[in-house]
Amino acid sequence: MSEIIGINGPVITVSGGSDFCMAETVKVGASELEGEVISLRGGCATVQVYESTSGLKPGDAVRGTGVPLSVCLAPGMAGNVFDGIGRPLKSCGGIYIEAGAKKTASGASEKKWSVNFCVAPSETVFEGQTIAETVETPSVVYKVTVPPGTGGSVLSVSGNGLYSTDDVLALISTPSGVKEIKLAQHWPVRTPRPCKERYAPDRPLVTGQRIIDMLFPIAKGGTAAIPGGFGTGKTMTQHQLAKWADADIIVYIGCGERGNEMAEVLEEFGGLIDPRTGSPLMDRTILIANTSNMPVAAREASIYTGITIAEFYRDMGYHVALMADSTSRWAEALRELSGRLEEIPAEEGYPAYLASRLSGFYERAGYVKNLNGTDGSVTIIGAVSPQGADFSEPVTQNTKRFVRCFWALDRTLAYARHYPAINWIESYSEYTEELKPWYKANAGTDFMKNRAKIIKILCEENEILEIAKLIGADILPDEKQLTLEVARVIRIGFAQQNARHETDAYTPLAKQVKMLELIIYLDETCKKILAKGAHVDALRRSGIFDEIIGLKYEKQNGSDDGLKKYYEKIDLVFDGIVNKTENRYGV
Amino acid sequence: MEYKGFSELNGQLMFLDGVKNPVFDELVRIKADRGVYGEEQLIGRVIKISGGRVVVQVFGRTDGISNGNSVCAFTGRPMETGLSADILGRTFDGLGRVCDGRGDIFPVTRKDINGSAINPVKRVYPRNYIKTGISAIDGTATLIRGQKLPVFSGNGLPHDRLAAQIVRQASAEGEDGKNFAVVFAAIGVSRDTMDFFRQTFEESGALSRVVMYVNLASDPIAERLITPRLALTAAEYLAFEKNMHVLAVITDMTSYAEALREVSSSCGEIPGKKGYPGYLYSELASLFERAGIVEGSSGSVTQIPILTMPNDDITHPMPDLTGYITEGQIVLDRRLHLKGVYPPIAVLPSLSRLMKDGIGDKYTRRDHPALANQLTASYAKAEEAEALASVIGLEELSETDKKYIAYGKMFEERFIGQKKYENRSMEETLNIGWDCLRLLPKSELNRMPPEITEEFFQGEN
Repeated sequence: MSEIIGINGPVITVSGGSDFCMAETVKVGASELEGEVISLRGGCATVQVYESTSGLKPGDAVRGTGVPLSVCLAPGMAGNVFDGIGRPLKSCGGIYIEAGAKKTASGASEKKWSVNFCVAPSETVFEGQTIAETVETPSVVYKVTVPPGTGGSVLSVSGNGLYSTDDVLALISTPSGVKEIKLAQHWPVRTPRPCKERYAPDRPLVTGQRIIDMLFPIAKGGTAAIPGGFGTGKTMTQHQLAKWADADIIVYIGCGERGNEMAEVLEEFGGLIDPRTGSPLMDRTILIANTSNMPVAAREASIYTGITIAEFYRDMGYHVALMADSTSRWAEALRELSGRLEEIPAEEGYPAYLASRLSGFYERAGYVKNLNGTDGSVTIIGAVSPQGADFSEPVTQNTKRFVRCFWALDRTLAYARHYPAINWIESYSEYTEELKPWYKANAGTDFMKNRAKIIKILCEENEILEIAKLIGADILPDEKQLTLEVARVIRIGFAQQNARHETDAYTPLAKQVKMLELIIYLDETCKKILAKGAHVDALRRSGIFDEIIGLKYEKQNGSDDGLKKYYEKIDLVFDGIVNKTENRYGV
Repeated sequence: MEYKGFSELNGQLMFLDGVKNPVFDELVRIKADRGVYGEEQLIGRVIKISGGRVVVQVFGRTDGISNGNSVCAFTGRPMETGLSADILGRTFDGLGRVCDGRGDIFPVTRKDINGSAINPVKRVYPRNYIKTGISAIDGTATLIRGQKLPVFSGNGLPHDRLAAQIVRQASAEGEDGKNFAVVFAAIGVSRDTMDFFRQTFEESGALSRVVMYVNLASDPIAERLITPRLALTAAEYLAFEKNMHVLAVITDMTSYAEALREVSSSCGEIPGKKGYPGYLYSELASLFERAGIVEGSSGSVTQIPILTMPNDDITHPMPDLTGYITEGQIVLDRRLHLKGVYPPIAVLPSLSRLMKDGIGDKYTRRDHPALANQLTASYAKAEEAEALASVIGLEELSETDKKYIAYGKMFEERFIGQKKYENRSMEETLNIGWDCLRLLPKSELNRMPPEITEEFFQGEN
């Protein structure tokens, strides 16, 4: 019998180490708290406990379960909230979380699901193949798949009907014996689920957020980081993406963040209607909540629980977007546990394996061909909360090595309430090249050229502002002043987006492209006007810049009629000013 | 089970060997007959069990304790505090003992002071705002019932006055005063500060609704780790079991972090940034997350922790980690203070994350969200203009920039600035905001949906 011999916060030492294997899940004490073996040494095992260890004492029994930390994957996950190790929070006690709660996928294992089969006895099935389906929520069809590594001929199926998650749906004869297939599957969270092959990312995850879709796009199956100090809007940006991205499933991991934020997501997503399915956004959302006061070891696990669920839906052929808010809290959990284990720290107290853990996590993203031949993707968007908003700290730096999109949030922009506070000089996307063909086909052949022009104007503005800070903008040459004005239109009328405004919260891709074209047209026309000898003041007085800024609130999202009047207005300004100028000079 | 003596005593850590059945996190009572110092009763907590050795963290002075004169009793239970509705109007010391000379209270329940994590799905998302009567808060960083909104201050800035004004004016506004309570925790504050708060509570007539937990600057360091937990346990009890709206004011959180650092370093732990332990974030979160509204209770806990930023540095780990946990922050600014603006609230870095859902049409006024946004954005531009003016001179500025300078000045003096006893209505606050904006050309109001500008702007002045 193994028992506790030492306790240090969430880390306990257990006698009888030879009874356990590495990474095995154990049950600790009378209330069966869940823990995981993290090292074996000299007849003792070190265990990290996923719940509060307050009240444990030496001599309490510890029981091995023989399986690694796993999550139960079953219908009922969509629309639900889980803690860091995959327990449904709705059935975890009263207003305070109870210790030793049990793991079920839905929290309502007695619920019966209406299952339709798509295989018959004696058929041969392969790993990953869908053998039955059930409607999980109005937005999600849950597919019962043959677990990876299993395959053979179907011995029996239990006919269409109502089943609970633990009922046997089918028996399969495999080389290693007869296997039962149930609605529920278990999968060890630290092992990536296999796929047939990985595709190169070639299509974007369309988010409806202009600065992201147009300037720094992310591919489906890609990775992105959102670093920013507190108050710069990481969570708001993540929420916007979770609401509007064109993914089938959203997995949102609240890792070491605020309890009220989780309450907000639950309430808000339950009320918002997904424009594509017509049912609440919550129906396609899975929340993993480990708030900052919940046990720190479960925070470490929460990231893996989330990505495993994401991969599971990917295997059904869905496009999944995973938001991790925030990966810094996860890294800090690693640091805290590492400190308790008295490991030798590397940079700023973080363990030396920080980089490999981060890369291991981000590498689980990808656009893949599943085992069953369908296509699916997992896109990872991780928030990073650097201490003191200093991007040179280890978590930001190591994350930067493994992600291909970097949306740097800027405190100055946030102070001016410019949201999303994505800084256009520091941010980048490495996917632009790979996505070129897609944008050419879907956003017009001129798109990439226009995008380059917009970026150029913003960069020029940045340089001009350096000078303007010293001498004032008024005495700059006219064309420089024009650049500042057009850049202002881009910044306020395009990059800035009001998440609370009905129309502005989400911009369809078609409208985004047209807005870009219109701004380019504005820039070119104004340059022509200046070339005719007019002054930039005349343009300012015409109010055309503010007109264009107002375009984002235009309700007729992207229709040609809606835009026509803006083109006409620009032309009108041109005619007005140019004619006056020409008259004055007697041309 | 009682044990005589110990194996090792180092600062506030006591090491004992051969203890039978120690429980992690349990409370230990230490009795020491210290001869000339007199008898002393101390308490401690089991923080580590390793083999046969137990580490006890002692709260209080260990001076005069010897192997021969001390006896440790292991209680087998975590540290608890006795509570009843009678705690209102009473004052306790940093360890929860009555210290106002009015006799003990008779507890109806005992609670673990460490609390438990509130289940996120049982939380109710906070939506009702608390009117503080202070424009810079009500207008641009609205306080919401159930929120945790810290005040980031510096030494010598009037954070105490501000906190006092919030308590005074917020309590006056409670829809029914009966349901309102203040839990006040003083951590390592000076006697003068304590007296100031006591006086404020007396003046406002709220003293009978205030529970105070006081650890003075001269009290033992390790006690500071206990004081805020006692206060929050009391706050949770009043809110979730007695259905009261509780405002918990905790000052000064920096003293708490420093106590934690001191204890951590005496335990020989690996230090993180600026010597604070790596788990400072988790520690702070275990306090700050004890705010909110839960299902099945009509009460709420709203937290206003005050912390002084060492050297006014907002990137110091203390304000930095706090900002990551709390739902916004109110930042005080020395520059405004020197200009004579009271309260010297720096509007740009101040933020309330929950205000977006608690203001506007249904709660305050339709134009509030856009107005708050516009006021802040324009103030940011005013600061830019100010910076430019200091380089090229006021005269050289463009007409628009000059208007911004005027706006900035009026905004600081009329909107942010107000009297210490001035309790502005929401209507007044918003109207002053519009008065300031009217100094700017209409076309500069680019954060406003056009229909709002049309309705409220009504011509430039």
